[in-house]
Amino acid sequence: MAMTETSNRNEINKTDHVTSIWWIVVAPTVWAVHFLASYLTAAIFCAKVADSDRSAGEVQLAVMAYTVVAIVIIAGVGWAGHRRQRDGHGRSPHDEATAADLRRLIGLSTFLLSLLSAVATIFTALVFYFVGTCH
Amino acid sequence: MTFLLLGDISQSTLDPAGVGAERIAELFHWMLSGGVLIWLIVVGLAVYSVTVPGRHRPRLTKTLVIGGGAVFPTLVLTSLLCYALAMLPALHQPAPKTGLTIDVSGVRWWWRIGYRTGENERVETANEVRLPVDQAVEFKLHSEDVIHSFWIPALGGKVDMIPGRETRLKLHPNRVGRFRGVCAEYCGTAHAQMAFDVIVMQQADFDQWLRDQQQDAREPAGEAAVRGRELFRRKGCGACHTIRGTDAGGRVGPDLTHFGGRLSLGAGIKTNDADNLRRWISRTHDVKPGVQMPAFKSLSDRELDSIVAYLEQLN
Ligand code: HEC
Ligand SMILES: [Cu+2]
Repeated sequence: MAMTETSNRNEINKTDHVTSIWWIVVAPTVWAVHFLASYLTAAIFCAKVADSDRSAGEVQLAVMAYTVVAIVIIAGVGWAGHRRQRDGHGRSPHDEATAADLRRLIGLSTFLLSLLSAVATIFTALVFYFVGTCH
Repeated sequence: MTFLLLGDISQSTLDPAGVGAERIAELFHWMLSGGVLIWLIVVGLAVYSVTVPGRHRPRLTKTLVIGGGAVFPTLVLTSLLCYALAMLPALHQPAPKTGLTIDVSGVRWWWRIGYRTGENERVETANEVRLPVDQAVEFKLHSEDVIHSFWIPALGGKVDMIPGRETRLKLHPNRVGRFRGVCAEYCGTAHAQMAFDVIVMQQADFDQWLRDQQQDAREPAGEAAVRGRELFRRKGCGACHTIRGTDAGGRVGPDLTHFGGRLSLGAGIKTNDADNLRRWISRTHDVKPGVQMPAFKSLSDRELDSIVAYLEQLN
């Protein structure tokens, strides 16, 4: 299969397989986990720990930490996707029936979904930044 | 009092009469503007792309598509989100503990209302919320059956009433007048007829009203009213309705102790006058289909008149 596109033969032989399609879902999954973790932390904190003034500064700190971790992972995945997309050449659409183009297509999808997930993760974090109480 | 009866009854969130509603209306206008802006730019670019003939420069195309279709909307949405979120803490902040606290329960298809007047004291009424102007009021919301939602659009946001849980809402009316509240969560047959009156009054008037509410029902004056009280007892109305100061102590239906002073009947659906009350008692299900009060079809005209006379003078 790799033989069909000569310019990228080396690269493809080296990795020996088409990039896994699972790359595409990593960033959205990180967003989902970040979302759940943030709201679960808030729910548990507010139900079990919060004192009478109902402030939730600890939750804000925790969510900030989750956000840093999530954004680092998403940025890493996005960067990896971007690199795959540009493998050899960056011209889209990557719609040749070749392993190399499939690889670029997955790279591009991964990259775009990483951008979306980063925005979504930041939107989630903003809620906690602005609403610092259990009310 | 006349202005209350004649004036418009506002039920618009865009005609705010409370601090919360003002912020919500502001937010609405910003959101609308942001939405229109995004729409104009996206549609404008689409029109440009199909109407301008010839080959478009790829570089420019890319910039316009990514800039106008993704970056610009994201920036607008992010600023709207920040603006909206920044508004939340103040809206959520409970009213000061020293202020008024009112319990409201959603019951299919009416509202049980309790003013907390002391440590363990409450005055109960129904289907009408009176509030002092320029004071933040804390509502504690409950449900006795299914999920309802408590909403006075002119005063502020809405909050669900969930069985087995207490939710809360702060409202801060800043204009005297009469408004309409509604149930905003479908709850069965008569959901659309589950409304209530909201009357925002000057503090002194409100204090007087609350003192009056704390009193037991007044003694019936006049022959018809006295007969009405007797009939109210004999026909079993008291099994479902409370009239404080009498032996009617039912809790299935609304408290009627000061029913005559209420502006509407049947949970905000009809003006409270003798004609409507007659129809309510004798043809209950024509007025409000599904309602959980039996129609008293067999009452004679005279009996009906008496009961109506009795209830209307309970102010
Ligand atoms: C089986 C219980 C039951 C009985 C008996 C009953 N009612 Fe009712 N009544 C209700 C319920 C429930 C409501 C609230 C209905 C609604 O608006 O959804 C109500 C509402 C009312 C209202 C309107 C109250 C308001 O604030 O709008 C009046 C007035 C009233 N009843 C009068 C009577 C009279 C008079 C009798 C006796 C002839 C009577 N009821 C007997 C259950 C009962
Ligand atoms: Cu309802």
